[in-house]
Amino acid sequence: MKTLEELQAIRDKARAKMTVRDADKDGVRVMVGMATCGIAAGARPVLNAFVDEVNKRHLEHVTVTQTGCIGMCQYEPIVEVLVPGQEKVTYAKMTPEKVARVVVDHLVNGNVVTEYTVGSLMK
Amino acid sequence: MYRSHVLVCGGTGCTSSNSQQIIEALEKEIGEQGLSEEIKVVRTGCFGLCALGPIMIVYPEGCFYSRVKVEDIPEIVSEHLLKGRIVTRLLYDETVEQDSIKSLNETAFYKKQVRVALRNCGVINPEEIDEYIAMDGYQALAKCLTEYTPEQVIQIVTDSGLRGRGGGGFPTGRKWSLCAPVKAPQKYVVCNADEGDPGAFMDRSVLEGDPHCIVEAMAIAGYAIGATKGFVYVRAEYPIAVKRLQIAIDEAREYGLLGKNIFNSGFDFDMEIRLGAGAFVCGEETALMTSIEGNRGEPRPRPPYPAVKGLFQSPTVENNVETFANIPQIILRGADWFASMGTEKSKGTKVFALGGKIKHTGLVEIPMGTTLREIVEEIGGGIPGGKKFKAAQTGGPSGGCIPASLIDTKIDYDNLIAMGCMMGSGGLIVMDEDTCMVDIAKFFLEFTVDESCGKCTPCRVGTKRLLEKLDKITKGNGTLEDIDELEELCEYIKANSLCGLGQTAPNPVLSTLRFFRDEYIAHVVDKKCPAGVCKSLLHYEVIPEKCKGCTACARVCPTGAISGVVKQPHSIDVNACIKCGACIEKCRFGAIVKK
Repeated sequence: MKTLEELQAIRDKARAKMTVRDADKDGVRVMVGMATCGIAAGARPVLNAFVDEVNKRHLEHVTVTQTGCIGMCQYEPIVEVLVPGQEKVTYAKMTPEKVARVVVDHLVNGNVVTEYTVGSLMK
Repeated sequence: MYRSHVLVCGGTGCTSSNSQQIIEALEKEIGEQGLSEEIKVVRTGCFGLCALGPIMIVYPEGCFYSRVKVEDIPEIVSEHLLKGRIVTRLLYDETVEQDSIKSLNETAFYKKQVRVALRNCGVINPEEIDEYIAMDGYQALAKCLTEYTPEQVIQIVTDSGLRGRGGGGFPTGRKWSLCAPVKAPQKYVVCNADEGDPGAFMDRSVLEGDPHCIVEAMAIAGYAIGATKGFVYVRAEYPIAVKRLQIAIDEAREYGLLGKNIFNSGFDFDMEIRLGAGAFVCGEETALMTSIEGNRGEPRPRPPYPAVKGLFQSPTVENNVETFANIPQIILRGADWFASMGTEKSKGTKVFALGGKIKHTGLVEIPMGTTLREIVEEIGGGIPGGKKFKAAQTGGPSGGCIPASLIDTKIDYDNLIAMGCMMGSGGLIVMDEDTCMVDIAKFFLEFTVDESCGKCTPCRVGTKRLLEKLDKITKGNGTLEDIDELEELCEYIKANSLCGLGQTAPNPVLSTLRFFRDEYIAHVVDKKCPAGVCKSLLHYEVIPEKCKGCTACARVCPTGAISGVVKQPHSIDVNACIKCGACIEKCRFGAIVKK
């Protein structure tokens, strides 16, 4: 390494891998239901898809975490998205394929993907 | 990409309470549950809250698990890491508040801390240079080499007001500016990691938790004074610190952050580790250099000062680990930022190793000028068992005591000196009402007698005579004249010893005499030890009204000194009693007392 730019490149790369350790940040929280029902319905690939997508797009303000069963087991995998100052959005029957669209539309552009929400599925 | 990071403390404190086995069990369990791709286990340096070790933090939630056992690992993995259900019974109780979990930074232990020297300890993996670089590591070195002249670097350090954290408190900038103009074919930077004060372990924690900051700071010092070679003198009793520092040096070399032409600036710097065998005197700068040279670790008279003639007769700057740990942040954030913390003449923060009779033993870093009361009662969590605070000892065998009456004193270099204490490296031992101050003075004198190198007579013979007098007093054979002679001898040793070890060795005696003279007098006049510590001055008694005659004490007594009939009050034969205290522990009725 001979230049400041090289050092900064290493820093940015390493920092991206460590954002998960910033517990105090006030950003968007994505909570994937990971109780037995959630895991059985395939919540883990959904969780990992969120982690990958969020990282790929450098969404450093987004924390992806797990949560327990919220009681609507037939709609698992359930994902809750909490944006500070806005109402909680609950997505149901999620798949890794649906994750990409939620990340782009909701997390990046701020548009809730209405057809995936639990409300539209229950209609 | 990992969705969760599990940080486990790999400092010496937690390692000795099995954190290594915990890491192994964790990795095994994570593997068995098929989570290896999702969860990363990171071994970090010390978090500071050693009393609660082994410590584990799980991100992104930031859950702080304390006193984790190997048996807890399957539960943590299957409940928390897999299903996201936090194992509340293992959470550090201060982070749990009714239904919510508080951030660690809001707990009493961390709230008042300002972490500069310890900023990366417990945050990064010390064996991965990339994690250090992610926390702006080596940016300060790059800034110095590409933007500043050596004179500007020294000016920044001078303006920051940083003083030597090893104990003396000499201004670091001035030390560097004395060495910089001296012309010589070879100059050296030395890092003093020969932490010898009983109870102090901040240097070890920095080396274990953030070794790269020392590498970076030494290279900066080398650039500032024109040295191309550095030595870290670290004691061989710190195997984890030595190992991680060596890894750090190797990684830095591989990245070209040590070696020739760093950042294309034409500046060369490399460094090596030298192991010390653990002699206390080798923490004294001239003895340390003599030891690096391969000779017996003995101090040499000054002048000439190391800045002119130090290691291998060449100009040398020697700083303590904690001093170096502040340097990169001072360069990055500026002298004004650093000088904005602390008191008028003591800037920045200081790390203290809290020990003794206190709830949260561990490492804390606080701004200079924090009061002793805040350290003991708030950060330290107070004294266990509802006992009363009696005094705090700082500076180890070179320092003195701060009595309870001065608990509101702001801690900085000058206030401590005014109290007959010293900052020392930052060991802070808390003592409660059960501590005998004469006994404490004796304890430290035993240490200095053992550690005196023997080169000069005042220290070699004087400390021995001091210890003999203290021993006489604690045995109940002292006189008032002994106390006067003790004081006189202390002053003589202070004035005539060759190096800091001897010059400060009488401090524990002088300081306890100053604040607790009545205890000395009780020992020689009343032949009593008020704290009930000095065995020769106390005896055990049975209170007949409380004794039920259960015979438990008589059965446990190793010398058969207790006699009595069942269901009748017992009695102790003071001539046969060896004052071991076994009977007090056994008695369920509180019927045995020491007087």
